[in-house]
Amino acid sequence: MRGFVPDYELLAPSSLSEALALVEDGCRPFAGGTDLMVQLESGRLAHKRFVLLWKLDELRGIGANNAEVRIGALTTYTEVRRSELLRREFPLLAQAAAETGGVATQNRGTLGGNIANASPAADSAPPLLVYDAELELVSRAGIRRRPYHGFHTGYKQIDLEPGELIRAIILPRGRSRWRETFRKVGTRNAQAISKVCLAAAARCEGGRIRQIRIALGSVAPVPLRCVAAESALAGAAAGSVPDFPMEARPVSDIRSTADYRSKVARRLVEDFLRSLG
Amino acid sequence: MVGAAVPRKEGRAKVTGSARYAGDLRLAGMLHGVTVRSPAARGRIRELVFDPAFPWSECAVVTARDIPGENVVALIEDDQPFLAGAEVNHAGEPVALIAHPDRYMAERARTAVRVVCDELPAVLSISESDTVFREFRIERGDLHEAFGAAAFVVEGEYSTSAQEQLYIEPQGILATAAGGEITVRGSMQCPYYVHAALKRLFAIDGASIRVIQSETGGGFGGKEEYPSILAGHAALLAWKSGRPVKMIYDRAEDIFATTKRHPSRSRLRVAVSRAGALLGLDFDFDLDGGAYCTLSPVVLSRGAIHAAGPYRWPAVRVRARAWRTNYPPHGAFRGFGAPQSLFALERHIDVVARIVGVEPDELRRRNFLRQGDATATGQVIGEPVCLEGLLERALSESRWREKRERFRQENTASRVKRGMGLASFLHGAGFTGSGERRLESSVRLEAAPSGRVQVFVSSTEIGQGTNTILSQIAAEALGADVDDIEIVPPETGVVPDSGPTVASRTTMVVGKLVERAARALAERIAPFRDGRSFAEACAEAVAAEGRIEATEQYSPPPDVEWDDSTYTGSAYGTYAWAVYVAQVAVDTVTGETRVEDFVAVQDAGKVIHPVLAAGQIEGGVAQGIGWALYEDVVYDRGRVANARMTDYIMPTSSDLPPIRVFFEEHPYAHGPFGAKGIGELPMDGPAPAILNAIADAAGVNPVHVPWTPERLLEALDG
Amino acid sequence: MAERFLLRLLVNGVEREAAAWPMERLLDVLRDGLDLTGTKEGCGEGECGACSVLMDGELVNSCLVPALAAQGARITTIEGLSSGGALHPVQRAFLEQGGAQCGICTPGMILAAVRLLEQCPHPSESEIREGLAGNLCRCTGYMRILEAVRSASG
Repeated sequence: MRGFVPDYELLAPSSLSEALALVEDGCRPFAGGTDLMVQLESGRLAHKRFVLLWKLDELRGIGANNAEVRIGALTTYTEVRRSELLRREFPLLAQAAAETGGVATQNRGTLGGNIANASPAADSAPPLLVYDAELELVSRAGIRRRPYHGFHTGYKQIDLEPGELIRAIILPRGRSRWRETFRKVGTRNAQAISKVCLAAAARCEGGRIRQIRIALGSVAPVPLRCVAAESALAGAAAGSVPDFPMEARPVSDIRSTADYRSKVARRLVEDFLRSLG
Repeated sequence: MVGAAVPRKEGRAKVTGSARYAGDLRLAGMLHGVTVRSPAARGRIRELVFDPAFPWSECAVVTARDIPGENVVALIEDDQPFLAGAEVNHAGEPVALIAHPDRYMAERARTAVRVVCDELPAVLSISESDTVFREFRIERGDLHEAFGAAAFVVEGEYSTSAQEQLYIEPQGILATAAGGEITVRGSMQCPYYVHAALKRLFAIDGASIRVIQSETGGGFGGKEEYPSILAGHAALLAWKSGRPVKMIYDRAEDIFATTKRHPSRSRLRVAVSRAGALLGLDFDFDLDGGAYCTLSPVVLSRGAIHAAGPYRWPAVRVRARAWRTNYPPHGAFRGFGAPQSLFALERHIDVVARIVGVEPDELRRRNFLRQGDATATGQVIGEPVCLEGLLERALSESRWREKRERFRQENTASRVKRGMGLASFLHGAGFTGSGERRLESSVRLEAAPSGRVQVFVSSTEIGQGTNTILSQIAAEALGADVDDIEIVPPETGVVPDSGPTVASRTTMVVGKLVERAARALAERIAPFRDGRSFAEACAEAVAAEGRIEATEQYSPPPDVEWDDSTYTGSAYGTYAWAVYVAQVAVDTVTGETRVEDFVAVQDAGKVIHPVLAAGQIEGGVAQGIGWALYEDVVYDRGRVANARMTDYIMPTSSDLPPIRVFFEEHPYAHGPFGAKGIGELPMDGPAPAILNAIADAAGVNPVHVPWTPERLLEALDG
Repeated sequence: MAERFLLRLLVNGVEREAAAWPMERLLDVLRDGLDLTGTKEGCGEGECGACSVLMDGELVNSCLVPALAAQGARITTIEGLSSGGALHPVQRAFLEQGGAQCGICTPGMILAAVRLLEQCPHPSESEIREGLAGNLCRCTGYMRILEAVRSASG
């Protein structure tokens, strides 16, 4: 343990409003801890005051009305996997949850925590982008809703105002006849940080792509929604593989090379396009 | 007893969590010790700067100046210090030690010291190095003639990366130094190595030093020589502070600072006849030894001797060199040089087969060593060699012919391409050459009044089940029950030096000594048997005769001669032979390789315990698969850049195929009940078998271990 | 600087308490505060699973759980599996099938297996492999571990 544990404050509020007051006071949110505790262990957790959100029921639960599904920020990967609703209507998210860490990590890792940690390699991010997710952000001042797309503004930077917490992730319902895929290429089969991660979905009609969503992880400083590629591919013949621009700007690191990531990202998309035929 | 899957002696404590490993040990007044390390891969230390704001009076601090004896880690050469003095030669080199009663404060203290260093240019590859730790040459026959006569001369270059042992229990030691006596307890494979190192460090009599092995959570060679350093450090802090000191590495420090498998570079030229007879082998084998010599000469030696593989070579020349660089010193890891050279050879044999136009199994079959043939060092194989039988079994169990046929057809229309690859190899058991003779290992058995027999050996249980195996051997020779045998916990001064727990020697060499001693004891007890159980008879015998004990010391088998100066003769008492087959599926879109099936067929001489023996092969194959595909120590200017389990990738249960293990038994005359050593054998086969399978599947030429998806894609597209 | 608090939890059916820092790892509270050393530290990053315990019935890596988050929790460690000297069926299976070699991963592996069998009494091979994928073993290649789980699943 390289972090100096006695220096760290962790406060346990009994309500969301209490939590928000602490956040306004400079405490950072602590959900399952699967990212923050690793940072603490390696001596790289600079911030010293945290608010434990784990017990707050206001941040839990998966609910739905006709228009949308609401996933509480503290929903764990295990809960995502176990949700029949999510598995049926948002299978890419359920699949991403199943490929994140092992069972023990899935029991404590939360969607909100994953988003707030803002790693470009987060496996939940590409599916959320593909499903046009929105985030419900709450502070003492009130509630704000915004698209998840664009929430990541730079490497590990998010559009969260001081005093704000992620309260829920909203997924619009009503998609039908979309063909979907989730492909994670990791360093090994299980419990791996992805080298490239693709979520893609397309609605085809009359032999043409009518709508398409492509999102990639680990190929840019932020989880990437490939808007330019989507524009280029809209209207293309289903099953064809036309030329399309890739906005990916991957780097070489200890896990993989920029070249590999670029190549594989493109190929995974091409694979998906072919499968639409 | 022998040959049966008896319940494992050490098992219950492990499944109940009551086994106590180094990290579980506590002593009153204990301090926590940490190591301050060099940031530079090479440089001159200008000074250590201690932050004045830190309460140093609460700490014990040790630097090189404090060392009472020699600042030398006793091993082979005297080149490695316990603590760097004026210069550092690798990143992470220990410079100072600090102990504090509070574990968090100890860690804070570590960051409150700055090592100020004038950096010097570091040597970070074999090709940049100009210093050789050791060099060997093995020569036999007329190489020039062989290459002149050859129909084909096939060249190839292969390389392997460093591999981390990644025992799940990190290194740890608890040391006390009180009343002129030093006691260290902890995770280790070789208590007597640690003992020898501490003697010189403290310049005190061996009788004043006690080294006790605690339950050890995996070693694989990583705890062969390294614990001497950690034990020395903990003992120095204990000696300086007058308090017990516990030093447990966290995973990052363990990966960053401890020994790795030697990276290698192999350049081969093979002369072969049109009919596929191997005529000559010219093998340049180079190892990166890191900054200090440590065990490089022995690793090099084993690698060089195994370089010729299980084949008959009319002419051979192996030029082997271990080079000094500024990486953290490389050291022992299961296989010990043989995985590196055998990988290159076995990969190259497939290339040769393709050029000659012969199937990979057929080329091997035509050239296998047979009884009466001589190896590259001139050792005449005196026992039957069962390689052909092993090959047939491996091909049959893996359904080699049928699958290769099917894959050839299916691959044309599939982006996932399947292939099969094989490797045939050998592994010498016991210390190389005159090593066992020099060790002079001994064991002692004592009959106790209770009727049990105590076995005193320095062999350490590190997961391989040695306590159970030695009990079986003793019980069988005594005509007793396994429960009548007690293995005394290894502690120097209590057990004799039976040599280190390495080199695939414990069952075969130490076990043989135990068998002989047990037979001697059995003779003394025989007069009292008379229808009684062993325990009753033994108790009677002790009551009647007083002390009953037997000591046995190693003596080399007859006709085993080795010449260190010419590097010729019988390198090992015996070899275990093996043929492994891998089936892979290569995803040509992502470059990922999945091992779908693995067949491991070997001759073990005699299987003492079927479950433990299979467990050794399964575990070794798993480590070999990891090494073949994704285990890679990534360095950044001489520092390990991926020193976390998140970043150093070993196989999970989801990554491995069923590993199907088959044993044949061709008894070794001088092994206990015929047993040969097999601990390291399974490390040699997986990498070449898998890379050969990838070549078969995807039509590329994999030449580096690990053959990562990145390399595979580059080869496919290039 | 934070303040220690009194952590109260139910460990292996027994009410226990220990003074702990809020961000102290549950792993360290168990091992040092409560002297339950059966739970091991292998990596400190939640990768190896040697520190796995059951917390409120679910498998967690105790190296990633801060003490404050464990307030009032029900914890099962390896020490809590055998009752009155009798081994839990999964422990017995590991013993009989050679599922433990060096034993350092074994406590976490057994708890993961226990939890897996609770949720999935007759798992397929791939379900077992997936369920145990967060518990690394360097010694066995997992073959005997799979055999042990199969044997315990009856």
